[in-house]
Amino acid sequence: MVIVYIDHFDGRAVPASWEALNVGRGLAEELGSEIKAVVLGSDVEGIAQEAKDYGAGEVFLADLKVLEHFRPEVYTEAVTQIVQEQGAEIVLFPTTGRARELAGMLAIDLDTGITPDVVAVELEGSVVVATRPIYAGKLLTKEVNQARRPQILTTRSRSFQPPEKGTGGEGVITRLELELSEPATEVQGYKESNRGTSLSDAAIIVSGGRGTSNNPSLKPPPEITDEKEQEIWRAHQGFELIGELAKVLGAAVGASRAAVDAGFIPYANQVGQTGKVVSPDLYIACGISGAIQHLAGMRTSKTIVAINKDPDAPIYKLARFGVVGDLFEIVPALTEALREKLDKA
Amino acid sequence: MNIVVCVKQTTDTAATLSVVDGEASYGDAALVLNPWDEYAVEQALLTKEAEGGKVTALCLGPDSAEDALKQALAMGCDEAVLILDAVFESADTLVVSRALAAGIEKLDPPELVFFGKSAVDSDTGVMGPQVARRLGWPSLNLVAAIPELDASAKTITVERLLEEGRQIVSGRLPAVVSVVKEINEPRYPSFMGIRKASKAEIPRWSAADVGLSGQIQPALSWPEILAPEKSEAVCELIEGGDASEIARKLVDRLVEEKVI
Repeated sequence: MVIVYIDHFDGRAVPASWEALNVGRGLAEELGSEIKAVVLGSDVEGIAQEAKDYGAGEVFLADLKVLEHFRPEVYTEAVTQIVQEQGAEIVLFPTTGRARELAGMLAIDLDTGITPDVVAVELEGSVVVATRPIYAGKLLTKEVNQARRPQILTTRSRSFQPPEKGTGGEGVITRLELELSEPATEVQGYKESNRGTSLSDAAIIVSGGRGTSNNPSLKPPPEITDEKEQEIWRAHQGFELIGELAKVLGAAVGASRAAVDAGFIPYANQVGQTGKVVSPDLYIACGISGAIQHLAGMRTSKTIVAINKDPDAPIYKLARFGVVGDLFEIVPALTEALREKLDKA
Repeated sequence: MNIVVCVKQTTDTAATLSVVDGEASYGDAALVLNPWDEYAVEQALLTKEAEGGKVTALCLGPDSAEDALKQALAMGCDEAVLILDAVFESADTLVVSRALAAGIEKLDPPELVFFGKSAVDSDTGVMGPQVARRLGWPSLNLVAAIPELDASAKTITVERLLEEGRQIVSGRLPAVVSVVKEINEPRYPSFMGIRKASKAEIPRWSAADVGLSGQIQPALSWPEILAPEKSEAVCELIEGGDASEIARKLVDRLVEEKVI
């Protein structure tokens, strides 16, 4: 049996959960085995229904108050109970902050391996041969768990096809009343919610680098006297242009480490070896020269567009399209050109 | 307060990797304290400066990993221990988490154990949570800020950086805290720190020293290391005309290539 954990937040499943479910479905078919899903939370029946529609043969639903917020200890306890009871051979998770932690802790409970962030899977008999990036994708490794069960893996966002909705069969939802212990943590709340698409799930990303502050003609307001603050103010004007372009494209906003370290934009937006590793359909790099650490984080993007003043910037080595020019001119022009195009369409 | 920070030695992020005889090769690139762990060391030191106590850096690795521990000592850690044993050569996270948890249990009981969120070489990102699970302590993962820490009440409140925003969680000590970059700005080692670290004798613990014998078979193996396919992109420069013309040409090309 293959069990897929459906990660969700604020009443909505994370898209990568459905990709994981599809991977699980493929493996189960090849193994002549069953595909089941796990949905944990409070008031999450809708998500269980969706899991059924996406092809889970059975959905284990634990809809309990103690599971209202993701807390790794109690979530691990619940998944451990379900996986043990079912005797699953393979357990899949989407690669999100929550699910990765959960997968790692489940591996401890079940004394088995954990293969996080896989980008490809194949079967050799009943053994999953997974491919995963190491050194931020500078290399790939194949990884297998020959002897211990279950095999636990997390699938990287946008590395696998999502299933078509409504392709599910006659699945059932099984409600579970689990005995769970109250963990020693309490969720107080949430802040700085990121609206819109997360970087890992985004089909299009527009990123800014050090170059966003590189417009000497912009005059900061007189009350900003500190040179560093003036630079940040300039960069904010640059990121505003990037934000407008992202909005027209329905894209997420990314940044290089240089831009994050300089205080232009929060760390949550960082793409690269010490930030997020992303692979959108389209990546537009604005004022990013392309340090090896940044390239490692976005090299698997399908199409890369580079906009930079420096024609020798390493980013052009990965780019499909390049514009050598000032992002302060090119980016707004691009926003405008896209608006025209979309208006016509 | 006793504080432990677990660290790993990795290649520098600027390293160019290749596959040589089926193994990952980093050429002559420098080995460094895992960049994520610098934030963990810094947070351990900040906590000690606020609460008193001592910071012990704990590492599992080969001989060379002593340099990563010396870096941690130079930054200001009080003590360091290297867990080193031939049985750990092909260790996976299952084995490493077991050894680190056993090492932590051999130290003076800590209230806090810090980890970096991931190692830049193996990129598993599960070590902090796995060690927490083994110790039976709360796992506070992907922590971007610690707004409250009360040593006497043994409570901690953290902000976890999730994809959707920040989750504010409070928990009881002892706890395992895995930090992300945003939490602080790691200090550079001081001259005195470097001198002290260079003279330090770092104790080495074998598997048996931390009470492990038998049960240290990894679950995972790595049959093949691959280099990613080279990018086949040949950069097409869009030029000629003013910004609006260039932008229109670029949009046309993106549409032609069915990118948008």
